[in-house]
Amino acid sequence: MTGQGVAFAVLAAITIISALLVVTIKNIVRSALFLALSFVGVAGLYILLNAEFLAAVQVLIYVGAITVLMLFAIMLTQQIMSAKISQTTEWFWLALPMALAMLATLIFFFAMRTYPVNPAPDALAVGTTMPLAEALLKPYLLPFELASFILLAALVGAIVIAREEKPGATD
Amino acid sequence: MPFDVTELVIAIVKALVVFVALLSIVPVLIWMERKVIADIQIRIGPNRAGPFGLLQPLADAIKLIFKENIITQGADKVVYFFAPAVSMVPAIITFAVVPFGDTAHILGRKVLLQVADVNIGILYILALSSLGVYGIVLAGWSSNNKYSLLGGVRSSAQMISYELPLGLALVGPVLLSGSLSLREMINAQGRAGVWFIVPQFLAFAVYLISGFAETNRAPFDLPEAEQELTAGYHTEYSSFRFALFYMAEYVNMVTVGAVATTIFLGGWRGPFGNIVILQPVWFLVKLFAILYFFIWVRGTLPRLRYDKLMKLGWKVLLPLALLNLMVTATVKALAPQSAIPIMSVLSLVLVAIGVIALTIISARSTRTPASGLREPSAEGAFYTWES
Repeated sequence: MTGQGVAFAVLAAITIISALLVVTIKNIVRSALFLALSFVGVAGLYILLNAEFLAAVQVLIYVGAITVLMLFAIMLTQQIMSAKISQTTEWFWLALPMALAMLATLIFFFAMRTYPVNPAPDALAVGTTMPLAEALLKPYLLPFELASFILLAALVGAIVIAREEKPGATD
Repeated sequence: MPFDVTELVIAIVKALVVFVALLSIVPVLIWMERKVIADIQIRIGPNRAGPFGLLQPLADAIKLIFKENIITQGADKVVYFFAPAVSMVPAIITFAVVPFGDTAHILGRKVLLQVADVNIGILYILALSSLGVYGIVLAGWSSNNKYSLLGGVRSSAQMISYELPLGLALVGPVLLSGSLSLREMINAQGRAGVWFIVPQFLAFAVYLISGFAETNRAPFDLPEAEQELTAGYHTEYSSFRFALFYMAEYVNMVTVGAVATTIFLGGWRGPFGNIVILQPVWFLVKLFAILYFFIWVRGTLPRLRYDKLMKLGWKVLLPLALLNLMVTATVKALAPQSAIPIMSVLSLVLVAIGVIALTIISARSTRTPASGLREPSAEGAFYTWES
């Protein structure tokens, strides 16, 4: 196995094992921590693919902001941290075969054809930042802006729901 | 690329040199901080251990290591032991992309005076600095102590809030230099003949203020506010684990200072800058100037109240950083060639706007108690945005 192969195996193992722990472990803070570890593993995979911009953004946003926000929310929730949370519901045994079937379908379709792998040998020299920016702001401008607009709407919605109206309250 | 053992050795040596240098700066900085704070408060400061008390940090470190390692009852042991390391590691490895000199020629080889020239250097720094909060949050949570937990909660809210202006402030210099690589940004400052502090002064100010908050230093040291939280997240830590937290704070300070030096103060550039041996010296001089400013601020300003801290971050720093970004982007789009000279003039206007905004905000917030400001209630104190 090449060095890249070993690195891929290690990173993939970290990602998958910690992702499994996220949904099985009973302690919710540790669950969030394993989620962060899983995100870091994915960032490592991005680096293997020479997509270091994506890797840095992955760590910055998913590990540094979203998971921290989850931890923040968990810590503000009373009585949740010491409690052992059940990760399964009564639908577990129905959901399991469905999930496995989904996995089998995905593997089947991905194995059906070989995807062209572009080794991109000069990616490290040029960097992926500029092509990514060109793609986001030229052909994919509309979906990009739409996605940010939807996120904005979600943010505003969250504030509206969370903020209880006080009669006669002035802002 | 053929595998070259010498390159590997050079890389390891560089990493070791930076690591050791970084850890040696910490005791110097601790001594400097105690001396400067003592000066500000008209005291003498450490003066017993060694000449000028220089050996005081060493004595403190030895004392700390021989202390008992205490674990609180009901602590989450794994996370509790893990947390100091989590706060230390990102602080140290951030330094890998900071250039402390140009290319040196050693034994006929070109050696970059930088551990790794990553072409997304700034993003790397932002990504790692966003991980620093984990150490504090986890320490606070795993200690099984309500004060520690409050420190952790405060810290996570504070660091998420101040990361936005911190990151946005760095986008202005990125636009002017057209690169995310720190080495390239220093070169751009050399070509322009002016440090980015001139065309991006507002960004520099926003970056430094956010930097104080990111390193949890006064006036933003709410996560460890002694009077309220009995030292917050590291209340329960003793011995070497406490020393790790203590060191991480200083390493973080050095990192924020080094990034400011690199991006806004021209990094290793200075008079006779083509003499390679002088470049790390210039870098250190600028770095220590910024660190002195850090200490000066700590010795001068009182701690902010929590709601004011949030207000400053979201209502002042974030809009100012966005304004700076907007103006810089417009200038860059309209006049890509002469963006830096134009911005050097506009930066004065931007600073004026910033000062006016701060004045108005502080005038309004000093007026509010008379018009009946609700004091934040005990349980509402941590998420009181409205006033």
